[in-house]
Amino acid sequence: MDSIRYDRGADGIVTLTLDNPGKSANMMNADFRASLESAVDRLEAERDDIAGVIITSAKKTFLAGGDLSAILAVEPGDFAASYERTQHTKSLLRRLELLGRPVAAAINGTALGGGMELCLACHARFCVDAKGVKLGLPETNLGLIPAAGGIVRLVRMIGLEAAVPLIVDGKSISPAQAQELGLLDEILPDVDAAMKAARDWIASEPDVTKPWDRKGYTLPGSNAAYMADPTYLRTAPILLIKKSNGRYPAQEAAMRAAFEGASVDFDAASRIESRHFAGIASGPVAKNMITTLFFHMQEANSGKARPEGVAPRSVSRLGVLGAGMMGGGIAYSAALRGIDCVLKDATDEKAEQGMERLRGMVDRQISRGRMTREKADALLAKIKPTGSAEDLEGCDLIVEAVFEDRALKATVTKEAEPMLAKGGIFASNTSTLPITGLAETSTNPANFIGLHFFSPVDRMPLVEIIKGRDTSDETLAGSLDFVQQIGKTPIVVNDSRGFFTSRVFGTYIREGAQMLEDGIPAAMVENAATDAGFPVGPLTVLDQVSLTLTNSARQQALRDAEAEGVTLAPAAGYGVIAKMVELGREGRAAGGGFYSYSEDGTKALWSDLATHFGTAHSGVDAKEVEDRLLYIQAIEAIRIFEEGVVETVRDANIGSILGIGYPRWTGGVLQFVNMIGTAAFAERANALADAYGERYRPPALLLEKAARNDPFV
Amino acid sequence: MTEAFIYDAIRTPRGRGKAGGALHEVDPISLVAGLLRALQARYDLDTALVDDLVLGCVQPRQEQGGDIARTAVLMAGWESRVPGLQVNRYCASAIESTALAAQKVMSGWESLVVAGGVESMSRVQMGGAPGPADTLPDLSFKLRQLPTGVAADLIASLDGVTRSDVDAFALRSHQRAAAAQKEGRFDRSVVPVTDDNGMIILDHDETVRPDTTLEKLSTLKPAFEQMGKMGFDAVALSRYPEVAAIEHIHTGGNSSGVVDGASLVMVGSREMGERLGLKPRARVVSAASLGDEPTIMLSAPAPVTEMALKRAGMTLSDVDLFEVNEAFSSVVLRFASATGVDMDKINVNGGAIAMGHPLGATGGMLIGTLLDELERADKQTGVVTACAMGGMGSALVIERV
Repeated sequence: MDSIRYDRGADGIVTLTLDNPGKSANMMNADFRASLESAVDRLEAERDDIAGVIITSAKKTFLAGGDLSAILAVEPGDFAASYERTQHTKSLLRRLELLGRPVAAAINGTALGGGMELCLACHARFCVDAKGVKLGLPETNLGLIPAAGGIVRLVRMIGLEAAVPLIVDGKSISPAQAQELGLLDEILPDVDAAMKAARDWIASEPDVTKPWDRKGYTLPGSNAAYMADPTYLRTAPILLIKKSNGRYPAQEAAMRAAFEGASVDFDAASRIESRHFAGIASGPVAKNMITTLFFHMQEANSGKARPEGVAPRSVSRLGVLGAGMMGGGIAYSAALRGIDCVLKDATDEKAEQGMERLRGMVDRQISRGRMTREKADALLAKIKPTGSAEDLEGCDLIVEAVFEDRALKATVTKEAEPMLAKGGIFASNTSTLPITGLAETSTNPANFIGLHFFSPVDRMPLVEIIKGRDTSDETLAGSLDFVQQIGKTPIVVNDSRGFFTSRVFGTYIREGAQMLEDGIPAAMVENAATDAGFPVGPLTVLDQVSLTLTNSARQQALRDAEAEGVTLAPAAGYGVIAKMVELGREGRAAGGGFYSYSEDGTKALWSDLATHFGTAHSGVDAKEVEDRLLYIQAIEAIRIFEEGVVETVRDANIGSILGIGYPRWTGGVLQFVNMIGTAAFAERANALADAYGERYRPPALLLEKAARNDPFV
Repeated sequence: MTEAFIYDAIRTPRGRGKAGGALHEVDPISLVAGLLRALQARYDLDTALVDDLVLGCVQPRQEQGGDIARTAVLMAGWESRVPGLQVNRYCASAIESTALAAQKVMSGWESLVVAGGVESMSRVQMGGAPGPADTLPDLSFKLRQLPTGVAADLIASLDGVTRSDVDAFALRSHQRAAAAQKEGRFDRSVVPVTDDNGMIILDHDETVRPDTTLEKLSTLKPAFEQMGKMGFDAVALSRYPEVAAIEHIHTGGNSSGVVDGASLVMVGSREMGERLGLKPRARVVSAASLGDEPTIMLSAPAPVTEMALKRAGMTLSDVDLFEVNEAFSSVVLRFASATGVDMDKINVNGGAIAMGHPLGATGGMLIGTLLDELERADKQTGVVTACAMGGMGSALVIERV
């Protein structure tokens, strides 16, 4: 199927229009490559009759990226196929570059990845300045590297120091930023203007050789001795180690391809880029990241979990109960998307305090240049602070975000629910309390649901939606619509204490505490955690949460169990937590916990930890600590999946990455198990169980999968 | 005294030493690291038993800077207890590194030493950074040194060697190398260079021209005439007034090729070989290095060979095969005329004119080629020798065991 239209005008200008048949966007897949090859063949054959070439797109976007499902299909160790495919694509772009006729890109919309690489192969780029147009090489975000000459050309165009951040960090940029970097010739208001600019440029008979194909070319930013500023050359790899500690092989490969390619000729640099791509594409991290961060995310964000046959709706008026950190954050995120919010607390004063905190938040955004004063004022004007429940009248959705106290939640529910608009939804932002129980205080449990936001709400992209026993499909669909409306990503789980994310995360922090009891140095626990890619170590988390709170929750659970006549299984870590509380080390807010906090804002591990917990395993390998932290959460996730609380692998993976900081390179808790292989994972889990306790013992579902080494799908 | 044995000698293929050459995309550390890993894999070697890695390198700067031997040990994933030492005897560096390895073993202080060398001439270019003569005129005034090519032309002029003599020798180098390549005579030594994925980048010497002819060679322009006319001929004549004129007969075709490559020679004691379950391929009998007159520069191979043989109580007639580095045709022709050794015993499988001369690595490559040929032809004793800048030369005598 032809994905590129070829039209030669009377003026001798050929327009190549990227137009993937039957699809809403262009993609650099096998069809595209075949189409590009025939287009290049024809351009070469008709060269004498051609004045120039303009490449543009018939879609809303220009061209965004490659065929990720093809990359997922690459078998481990099958380097040759990836290498040959990328070399072939590159050869087509190179032929375009060496056509001997001016080739311009009229970039009508977002050009990312392969799309950007195609543009870079052109001799000039004219870009439309439409809202949301993004340019860049985002491959590393999915564990890949650019491999259609993007690294080679970007480095040669703007030098290592300017190119490497775009290549390694994978940040997309606006047309204005691209022009500033020298990547665009001109920015124009619309497609017609861009096409005209391209035609005018062709008519000006420009030089149709690239700088690097001319004699005497030198790399921008280089001198006779160095490829770039020597300080930059020496520190760039070090900063990457500091940032990701080798957990993101694509970032290292991208930097290597850029540096290694800079010191050799164009063709050798192209081969180096292809070799790195081949290695990366067949590796596990790329598969993990593509699976979860692309496919699973796409499914979650496009409403895959949404019950069918329910009419879509949107929230125009949102009520938030509790003007604290969470409530304020929820109102902020909604107002940012233009939703009117009522921010209600017990009194006007308390609501006003919450409002003051939001003013501080927007001020910080303004001072960092992320928001204009105008936009900030508009945002704040959308939020009405109040102490009076009547102000909630007519809300389509009310989210309560008060303390985790059943009685308090019951009170606010009863007070606010009558104010809902007809058919409105009442949601609790509880992070652990079962929704079905909370819904008992509701007059309409079918319209009651859990919407678990994460702190800080403005930055955390996940909402864990919890279905109560009586929650209706309409309520679920409406909640999903709202989550989409505020630009966040949903996962949907069934009701149970701790739901999915809190339950999994609990194993992380408890395992961290337990390791102290096992005689592992606290520094090893914390460092192995952050080295593995967890954003913060488990002991740091416990300090922030408060050891007292964690301890009393456990004591309460024990008392509850006793009252119910059941015995709660012993759980890891609580012994350490109880002892810390006993020692007066109650956490950060209480002045110190596992860490001691100085007035200048620095912290250091409490020097007496070894005295109290010993150093019986001071020689433990960091890999063992890392495995314990990764495995314990994955095993808990399998249990939750087995219980049906989380229903899809997608939700488990997304929830763990976006909600609780499970490292992105793993692709999430269940993708991590798939990467190891269920058989090998079960074997290792058994070994960990033998060494550290039954909590590691493989659940039945895992053993079932492991018997045939089937992945979780 | 402990005896030193050669257990193996391996090398990369040689890639054309410029942009467009197959190995241009491979950095020199990776060239060595690939060989180290291959050696480890070939013998399932416990690398902790290796006492040292001694590598020749003639341009030890940029990517070859620091101590490339130690860097390569670490990048190859060898045990970090293995140290590394980089040595430089110019073009004889890897003969020297092997001799040093043998001396270490013979001293009894060490029992397993890997020698060899590396040079990526496409990435770290000759003359790519200032040398002492570039900033200290007194070196030129006092030492009267020549560019190597002018020195090669000086030797030819002194010896009455003509353009057709050197072209004929070059043709022989290509023909013999091509035949050897075709027969697979280098297969035991050559370890293909691969990328990080294990995909082959180069598996054969890239510069051999099986189809070259005397006609083709005779059309090539003298490479060093311009330098000579510029002033170096005058420098040469100031030391050798007996020469009427410097005949510039060396071209790109009858001089050694500029290439990229690396070599390793594993040297150890008998006991270490037994412990590793390895059969020694040859014994290092003796070695020597010698300085000769610095202006003519390239004349030492004959005297240093005789010196090494004398140390072993041997004479030229005891030697079955010679590998004389083909820096320039006239160097080998001078060796043959000065020693009277039959050309049929010299470079029987071609040399650096056909396959290239990766400066710091060449000696190790010649040792492997010699060893393979001694075994193939079932001969006993061989000598490897090379001239070196500064008027030096090195030689190493080996015999099969």
